[in-house]
Amino acid sequence: MTDRTRRRLVVVQVLILSLVVTLAGRLWQLQVGSGDRYARAATENLVREVVEPATRGLILDSAGRPLVANRSTLVVSVDRSVLDRQPDRGTAVLGRVARLLRVDQAELASRIRLCRPGVGRPCWNGSPYRPVPVATDVDKRVALQVLERAEDFPGITAQLEQVRDYPRPAGANAAHLLGYLGPVTEAEAAHSDALGLRDLIGRAGLERQYDRYLRGTPGTRYVAVDHLGRVVQTLRETPQIAGSHLVTTIDARVQRVTEQALREAMHRARTTPDYKDRLFKGDSGAAVVMDVTDGSIIAMASWPTYDPADWVGGLSAAEYRYLTSAKAGYPLVGQAFQGGAPPGSTFKPISAAGAAKAGYNLNAGYGCTSAFQVGNRAFKNFDSLAYGPITVAYALQVSCDTVFYRLAYDMWIKDGGNRPVDHPKDPMFAMAREFGFGKRTGVDLPNESPGRVPDRAWKLAYWEATKDELCRRAKTGYPELARTDPARAAFLTRFAAESCAQGYQLHAYDAVNFSIGQGDLLLTPLQLARAYAAIANGGTLWRPRIGKAIIGPDGKMIKKLAPKKTGRVDVPPSAMRYVREALVGTALNGTARGVFSGWPLDEFPVGSKTGTAEVFGKQPRSWFAAFGPDNKPRYAIVMTVSQGGTGSGTSGPSVRKIFEALLGLGEYQQPVIAGGRPPTALPKMRRDGSFAPPIRRGR
Amino acid sequence: MTDLGYQMRREFRPRSLAPARRIAVLARLDCLLLASVLLLTLVGSLLVWSATRVRLERAGEPTDQFLQRHLFTVALGLVLCALMARLDYRRLRVAAPVCYAISLVGLVLVLSPLGVTVNGSDSWIRLAGQSIQPSELAKPALVIMLAVVLAGAPFGPRKEPASRDDVLRALALAALPIGLVILQPDLGTVMVIGVIVVAMILISGASMGWVVALGTVAALGAVAVARLHLLSQYQLNRFAAFTNPALDPHGAGYNANQARIAIGSGGLFGKGLFEGTQTSGQFVPEQHTDFIFTVAGEELGFAGAGAIVVLLGILLWRACRIALRARDSLAALLAGGIAVWIGFQVFENIGMTLGIMPIAGLPLPFVSYGGTAMFANLAAIGILQSIHLRRRDVSPASTPS
Repeated sequence: MTDRTRRRLVVVQVLILSLVVTLAGRLWQLQVGSGDRYARAATENLVREVVEPATRGLILDSAGRPLVANRSTLVVSVDRSVLDRQPDRGTAVLGRVARLLRVDQAELASRIRLCRPGVGRPCWNGSPYRPVPVATDVDKRVALQVLERAEDFPGITAQLEQVRDYPRPAGANAAHLLGYLGPVTEAEAAHSDALGLRDLIGRAGLERQYDRYLRGTPGTRYVAVDHLGRVVQTLRETPQIAGSHLVTTIDARVQRVTEQALREAMHRARTTPDYKDRLFKGDSGAAVVMDVTDGSIIAMASWPTYDPADWVGGLSAAEYRYLTSAKAGYPLVGQAFQGGAPPGSTFKPISAAGAAKAGYNLNAGYGCTSAFQVGNRAFKNFDSLAYGPITVAYALQVSCDTVFYRLAYDMWIKDGGNRPVDHPKDPMFAMAREFGFGKRTGVDLPNESPGRVPDRAWKLAYWEATKDELCRRAKTGYPELARTDPARAAFLTRFAAESCAQGYQLHAYDAVNFSIGQGDLLLTPLQLARAYAAIANGGTLWRPRIGKAIIGPDGKMIKKLAPKKTGRVDVPPSAMRYVREALVGTALNGTARGVFSGWPLDEFPVGSKTGTAEVFGKQPRSWFAAFGPDNKPRYAIVMTVSQGGTGSGTSGPSVRKIFEALLGLGEYQQPVIAGGRPPTALPKMRRDGSFAPPIRRGR
Repeated sequence: MTDLGYQMRREFRPRSLAPARRIAVLARLDCLLLASVLLLTLVGSLLVWSATRVRLERAGEPTDQFLQRHLFTVALGLVLCALMARLDYRRLRVAAPVCYAISLVGLVLVLSPLGVTVNGSDSWIRLAGQSIQPSELAKPALVIMLAVVLAGAPFGPRKEPASRDDVLRALALAALPIGLVILQPDLGTVMVIGVIVVAMILISGASMGWVVALGTVAALGAVAVARLHLLSQYQLNRFAAFTNPALDPHGAGYNANQARIAIGSGGLFGKGLFEGTQTSGQFVPEQHTDFIFTVAGEELGFAGAGAIVVLLGILLWRACRIALRARDSLAALLAGGIAVWIGFQVFENIGMTLGIMPIAGLPLPFVSYGGTAMFANLAAIGILQSIHLRRRDVSPASTPS
C-alpha cells in the first residue's frame, strides 16, 4: 500500500466518521431540540375529531303519527381530501366505487365536485372538508367490501347513519309542509359554531322553520386513527343530545284526504274541455283546511308535489332537473302558501264587507244586468244570468258580477273618479287589507308569498318602475309581434300608450275589476282560507299555525306554540253575520247548489263561494272556498286549480269530499279525525320513544 | 514455468486455517466489528417486528411472520459472513469477474418481464418464490471488481499508484451497472455506486485530477438528468419535497414529513418498543425496510436511535481501521470500498428520515428487513474480517511459511 493510499484512506475515514457525527447531531436536534413540536404533530396525526350527529327530532301530526322520522341506513361517503392525495387524484378509486355501487363514474365525480360559479348541478354544496355522501341504502355486502378493502378504497367510508324517513302515515305526502334537509354550506359553517359541526340543515318547510329545535346538539368523539384513518381507539367523547320533536296541527288522515281530493280535482280539470274545446291544463293546484277557531292548519296540499325522500342522500341530476323545471310546474314551490293568483269571485264576500262598511245597505236592490258600462267599455256579467235588482246576499249566492261592478264604480266616483280626492277611502281595497291580503299571514313556514293588493300606492310604484319601457313601446309598437299576431300587437301598443300616460291612476276599470277579484290582485290559497275563517268566526284573523308544540327528546314539553290572533276585521258584526249567512245560501240556491246536491244542509249548513278567475293568456282558474260544518263553523276549506275551469265544476266536488271526510258523511262511516274534531291535548310520548294519540276529554 | 507462475506460487498462498487454530482465530477477529454487527442485527430484528406486527395482526397473519423470516435471513447471512471471513480475500481476484457478471445478469433480468415493480421502480426479480434485489448485489460485486482492477498487478504490495489505464478500466466497469440501475430507475443505488467509484479511485492513489474530474462529471450528470427529464415525476417530486417538505405535506413530502414526525415525537427516551403511535398507525410508509430508522426514533428515542448511530459509527471506524492496516492494496481498496459503501448508504438512509438527504429507496444496512441487502452487507463484513485476519502486523506464527 502506498503512502498516498494510506493518506487518502485517512481522509475517507474522517469523512465517513464526520457523516456519522452529522447524523447524531441532527438526531439530537430533531428529537431533543424540537421533540415537543413533533410530539404535537404526532398527536394531530393521530387524533381525529369525529362528529356524532345528533338524532334529529320527529315531526308528528296532531295524533302523534310521525310524518318525518329517522332510520338507519348504510351510507357510502367520499372524503375528497384523501382522494386528492392519490397520485391520480382519486380517479382509479372513484372508478372502483362506481363499479361497486353500479353507478356512472362521471355522475359520481360530478356529485363530489364542489359547487362554484360555473359548476352545474349536481355538485357538493357542503364543506369541502366533510365526506360527501354518494349512496344511501347501500347493500350490506357492498359496505363490507368498502370496509374490508380499505387499501383499494382510500377515503371511502361506509357507515351506518341516520337519515330522514317519511313513513307517510295514512298515505299523506305533505312534502311542501315538511320540507327537506340539505348540506351546511361552507359560508354558513364559518358563521356559526353550532353549524360547523353538522352536516345537514333544514332547507325548506318545517324542517327549516323549526331547525333549531329539531337538530339537537351533536356529540364529539376524539379517536386515535392509523394512516388510513381507521379508528384504533376512542380517547374521549361528549355524547350527542337528540333534537326535540315537533307536534303539528296537521292530521295525517285529513292531509291524505285533502291531497286525494286535490288530485281528483286536477283530474276533473284535465278531462273537462274549455269553451274552445281544449281540455283544461290543470297545471297546478292547492288546498288548505284550516281550523277557524284558532288558525290551525289541519291539512295543506300543493300540486305538483315531490317525494321528500328523494332528498335523502342527495339528489341525482335527473331529480334536480325535474324539481326545478318549468315543464313540471316547479314542484318545489308550495302553491298553497307560495303561489299567488287572482281569486276571482271568491273575493266578492270581501267586496261585500267593504260595501257594508262604506255604508251601503246590503239588503237594498242592485241591478244584476248582463253588462255594466264604464266609459266606453262594457264589463260583462261573466258568472251569472241577468236578474233584476237583487240584494247583495243574492248577488253573492249567484255570483252576479254587475252588482259588484256597480258598487265599486259608485265608490270610485265618490272618491273623485279620475280626479281623486285628497284621501280617497277606497273601501274595497281597504277591506282587502283588513282581511290581511297583500301581507304575509305569518304562517310558520319559510318563504311565504305576501300576495298583492293593487291599490293606488301599488299602481304608482308599479308605473314608476315600468313607465320607461311602456312609453317606448307606445311609440315603437311591437313590430316583432306584429308579423305573426297583428291584433295582439295592436292591443299591446294601445295598452302601452294608455299605461304610459295614466298608468299611475286607479281607473274605473281597475276598481271594477278588483271588486270581483280580477286584475292585478294576487292571493295565496292560505290567505283566502284565513279570510274565510275570519268570516266564519266573526272576524278574528288568526296567524295560521302548523307547529303546535315542541317536545323534548325525553317527552317533556319544551315550548307550547300557542295560536295567535293577528287582528280583527273591522266590520260591523251584523255585516259579518250577513255575509256569513249569505254564503250559507250559496249551497241552497246559488252557484254551489250542484256541488252540495244531496248534502244534509239542515244538519250541516255549509257556507261557500265559487270562483272562476280569468287569467290573461291562460285558461281560467278554478276556486272554491267554504266553511262549516254548522252555525258554529269549525273548518274553512279553500281549493284552487290553475287552468282548471269553473269553481263549482272542478274544485267544488273535492271540497265537498273533504267536508264529508271531516264529518263522516258519504263514503266515510265516521269522521277521519279520531274523536271527530281536532284535539286540544298533545300526543304523549311512550317509554319506547313513540307517541300515543292525545287523550280526549268528552265531547 | 514462467516467472509469473513462480511468483504466483510464492506470493499467493491461500491460507486456510487448521481446525486446531479455530478458537484462536475467533479471538483474532475484529471483535468490536463483530459485536456491533450482531447488536445491530438484533435491534433491527426487534424494529422489524415492531414495524410489521400491527399490519400482520390486522391482516390476520401471525404477528411474528416477518420477524421469523428476518431472523432466518440474519442467521443465513452470518453463516455467509463466516465463510467469507474464512476465505482468503485474495481469492476474490478470481471470483471478482464471476460476481460482477452475475450482478450484471441480475440487473438485466430486473428490466426483463421477470422484474417486479415496487413503488415506481423495477428493483426486484422473483426467483423460485424469493424476491431478489440485484442492485444490492451489484454494490459488493462492483467494490470487489474495482478493487481488483485498481489494485493493479496481483502480486505483493503495490509500489505505484493506479495508472490511467487502471482508472479507465475501472470507469468502464462501473459504467455498465450504473447504466442498468438508472434504467430501473433506482436513484439511491446510483448515488451509492457513484460515491463508491469516486472514493475507490481516490483510495487507489490515482492522481487528484481524476477525483476532481469525476466529481464534476457526477455533478453535471445530476443536472443533466434533471434537465432532460430522465427522472420520473415521482422522483422529481421527492427531490422538490426534500428542498421544501411543507410544500405538499400529503403528496410527495408525505414520507419525509411523516418520518420526521415519527422520529421527532420519540424525544429523548422514546415511547417504548411496540408503543409507537405513529408506527402502529402505519403513518410512515415502507417502515420495515427503507424507513426502519423511524421506528427506532419513535419507540427508542434519542437514546436508542443514537445508540444505533453509534454502533454504525463503531462499525465504520473498524472498517476504516481494517483498511488502514491492510497488508496490500487489494485489501485496502476492498475495505475502503466497503466502508464508503456502507458509510454513505447509512448517511443517505438515516439522513433522509431526518430530512437532511432526499428520499431514496435504500435499506439501512444490518437493520432493515430485506434478504439480499442483509446477505450483501454481512458478506462484506466477512470480507473485512478476512482482511483483518490476514493483516500486515499479525504475528508470523499465523502466516504459515
